[in-house]
Amino acid sequence: MRKLLSLTLLALASSTAFAGGYRVSIQGQKQLAMGHTGVAVVNSAEVAFFNPAGMAYLDKKFNFSFGGNALFAKTKFQNSQYNWESSTENLGTPFSLYATYKVNKWLTAGLAVYTPYGSSVEWDQDWQGAHLVNNIDLSAIFVQPSVSIRVGEHFSIGGGPIFATGSVNFNRNVAINPLLSVNGSGTDVTLDAKGITAWGYTAGFMFNPSKKLRIGMNYRSKIIMEARDGDANFNDVPAFASTTPTLQNTTFNADLPLPAELTVGLSYKISDKWLFAFDYNRAMWSVYKALNVDFLNPDGTIRNSSNNARNYQNSSTYRLGTQYVANDKFTFRAGWYFDESPVQDGYFAPETPRNDSMGYTGGLTYKVNSKLGVDFSFLYLHFDEVDNSYNHYQENGNTLPFGGTYKSVVFSPGVGITYGF
Amino acid sequence: MKNKFIYLAIIAAGFASCEPEFEKEVGATYTSGEADFTSYVAVGNSLTAGYMDGTVSRVGQTYSYPNLLAQQFALVGGGAFTQPSFAEDVNNLGGIQGLTGTRLVINASVGGVQPIAGSPTITLTPQAMAYNNMGVPGAKSFHLLAPGYGSAANLLLGRANPYFVRHATSSSATVIGDAMTKNPTFFTNWIGANDVLAYATSGGTMPDNPLTTTVDESVMSANDHNTTGNINPLTYGPNDITNTNLYESTYRNMINTLTNGGAKGVVCTIPSVTSIPYFTTVPFAPLSPTALGGATTIATLNAQLYGPLDAIFTALGEPNRVNPLSATSANPILIFDADALDRTAQITGALSGTLGVPTATAFGMVFGKARQATAADLVVLTASSVIGTPNASSPSPLININGVSYPMANKWVLTATEKTKVANATTAYNASIRSIAATKNLAVADMNTIMIQLVSGLRIETGQVYTANYFSGSATEGLVLFSLDGVHPNARGYAVITNEIIKVINAHYKSNLPLHNPSYFPGINIVGSN
Repeated sequence: MRKLLSLTLLALASSTAFAGGYRVSIQGQKQLAMGHTGVAVVNSAEVAFFNPAGMAYLDKKFNFSFGGNALFAKTKFQNSQYNWESSTENLGTPFSLYATYKVNKWLTAGLAVYTPYGSSVEWDQDWQGAHLVNNIDLSAIFVQPSVSIRVGEHFSIGGGPIFATGSVNFNRNVAINPLLSVNGSGTDVTLDAKGITAWGYTAGFMFNPSKKLRIGMNYRSKIIMEARDGDANFNDVPAFASTTPTLQNTTFNADLPLPAELTVGLSYKISDKWLFAFDYNRAMWSVYKALNVDFLNPDGTIRNSSNNARNYQNSSTYRLGTQYVANDKFTFRAGWYFDESPVQDGYFAPETPRNDSMGYTGGLTYKVNSKLGVDFSFLYLHFDEVDNSYNHYQENGNTLPFGGTYKSVVFSPGVGITYGF
Repeated sequence: MKNKFIYLAIIAAGFASCEPEFEKEVGATYTSGEADFTSYVAVGNSLTAGYMDGTVSRVGQTYSYPNLLAQQFALVGGGAFTQPSFAEDVNNLGGIQGLTGTRLVINASVGGVQPIAGSPTITLTPQAMAYNNMGVPGAKSFHLLAPGYGSAANLLLGRANPYFVRHATSSSATVIGDAMTKNPTFFTNWIGANDVLAYATSGGTMPDNPLTTTVDESVMSANDHNTTGNINPLTYGPNDITNTNLYESTYRNMINTLTNGGAKGVVCTIPSVTSIPYFTTVPFAPLSPTALGGATTIATLNAQLYGPLDAIFTALGEPNRVNPLSATSANPILIFDADALDRTAQITGALSGTLGVPTATAFGMVFGKARQATAADLVVLTASSVIGTPNASSPSPLININGVSYPMANKWVLTATEKTKVANATTAYNASIRSIAATKNLAVADMNTIMIQLVSGLRIETGQVYTANYFSGSATEGLVLFSLDGVHPNARGYAVITNEIIKVINAHYKSNLPLHNPSYFPGINIVGSN
């Protein structure tokens, strides 16, 4: 049944992505439908994200795209050694908004607003992995003004600064040991930080050696989200531990890296109707060594720290997409990609329970008139079930691994509009 | 084109109901193998009843290993598992009204072990009902076959057990007889620890009999019936070591009965009771120079007591029975050893010249069987609150400090000789268990091995290391498998025991049952105030 659906979708074709870690590759309806390729595709204002250099090649003076997805992520967990079962079902709503304006023949300006990172996982409170995570809600919005400069007929460059704003809410139990609990509810801590801001940049080029072939490259810098003076609140602290210094409400500092991403790719126009695209992403996840949370004293010095090894590795994504312009009204898209997980064996934490996945995408555009189009996309991410564990949790001087079998399903329908003149 | 929209809508709906599915759901992997868990009955003593922190309590009972086992059996066809009702224990205090105290907890406000505040609400009201868990705290092997062990009338005579009185089906019922009314298809049997444990925890002494007010039996030695050869349990004192031949015949009888209807099962060997924290927590030499009061006090003690005693024992050919106290390192406690050579007359004689006859006679009586403890002796947990305190029985305030200037009574120390008796009996019991189990092809859970591993640190399947350490503060709480009574496991410890039995069942009966993860079970109970 699942295979059949996957094949059906592959036939429909178009792309999107839910990459490993907490990267959410859903940055535009048209390109998502094409396997989330786009570094060398000039289709719509979405190129402001995929490769700002390509904005210069848009035909219309003004281009606008806006869209959003409902991202359904479900993960089941089981451990046959201890007869454990749990699951998490979460809805994310990634969105994107792009606008470009051709100032003159060689200069195009653009604005991109998108949500490339996020994670929402909500296990049952006090489940067996509660000491690692009960729930997490991580979101980041990127605002990216950019310019594209055309250097002759065949070549353009583009880029711009990125302003990132984000928030994180994270809850986990402070121990496995049920000694720290009240009426069966484990003592837990909620970390909450809002309005975290940071800056980065994006830059790239596009080269069109012929009318049919485009080659593109884009680099998006890493951005370290530095949560400062977030709130750390402890709940369900038993009476005997009510004065324990490390269980007092306080503030915290923590850094969460959003890794750099390099994309290279090409697109080839076989005919007026058929376009094929290939992208290769390299995400520099090795920047995410550990999640270190410093709990602070009132004077700002560190009271105690929680160090959680992550040791992500750089990972690659391979994307294929195609587009078929059926007629004046309809354009169909399909895509496929393979997404490598940055998580290494033994570091598989249930806050981002993602292993390697394959994405199948599809979508279409219905052109209402020459200016306005409505875009639909659909993503299905297939994960093999995986046996893995997180082996770096310590309690009372003992390392206590937590693991089992995980199986995820992610799918995401999306809709958007394209407007241009 | 309209069809395409419908097509998409259908697919979207299809995915909306798309759930992650495992190739093999966890529940589908468990099997009972050759065993039939339809009616599981557990027989045994306090370890089977879920006794911890010095009592059975309503919550503590839920962590009994038979109950934890039954939870896993339920995955593969195991039937309902019942335990004696502790509904009376509304506030989870444990104890029995008028007989025993409440459960032990750590009082965080003072940092010590205390019975939790309140009075027991558990009564002896007869439930007259057989349960799947037939663990009776305090039972020895032969008790399980003894008619009247649950008779309220026998309780006053010391021939019955209050816990069995609560649920025996009749005043003449036996534990095994009641167990058999459940028609077991599977059983566990873990009995025999009390056949040596009472002797060990009492330091090899008899309990004081409240009916004989003129005699204090607690200074008398308990019997090892492997020495006496007595195989009549009706004549046994409560703290005596059961004769190994009696144990073997009792055990064989029990297993024959339990397997009568074709039941399969697991038998557990008797742990080396002297490995438990009750015997390993208090050191034999706790008397640091500071604790003794400093160099001046030590010099005085040596001049007036240790020196003369050392001289007398040395002259009699026992140069190391007592040595002068060290002013630089920790010293062993002074103990009464029932098996020591009696030097009463010699001490009296040697000291008469300097102390006068009456005082020398008193010295002779107090120190005649005294010696310093050695590493081979085990000081019981409860002695920790006695060492260094004045002894009311002392004839003089000059020689009245327990363990320092007055020998610790027999009951506070399991001497090397007594320890050997316990070890020999345990070895013989376990040999009987193994050979009887072999004749019925029963699985054997080697609790003795597990307990011995605990001494050096038990590494369980998660990699976690547990020790037998008695509670030594919240930093080590997660490592401790024993409850505050120092004898019985805590809930976490029972989970470890359950796992060992499950492993044995899986191996012997080719079943596949999941384990419990001990890290998720409570250890020591701590309250903010008491």
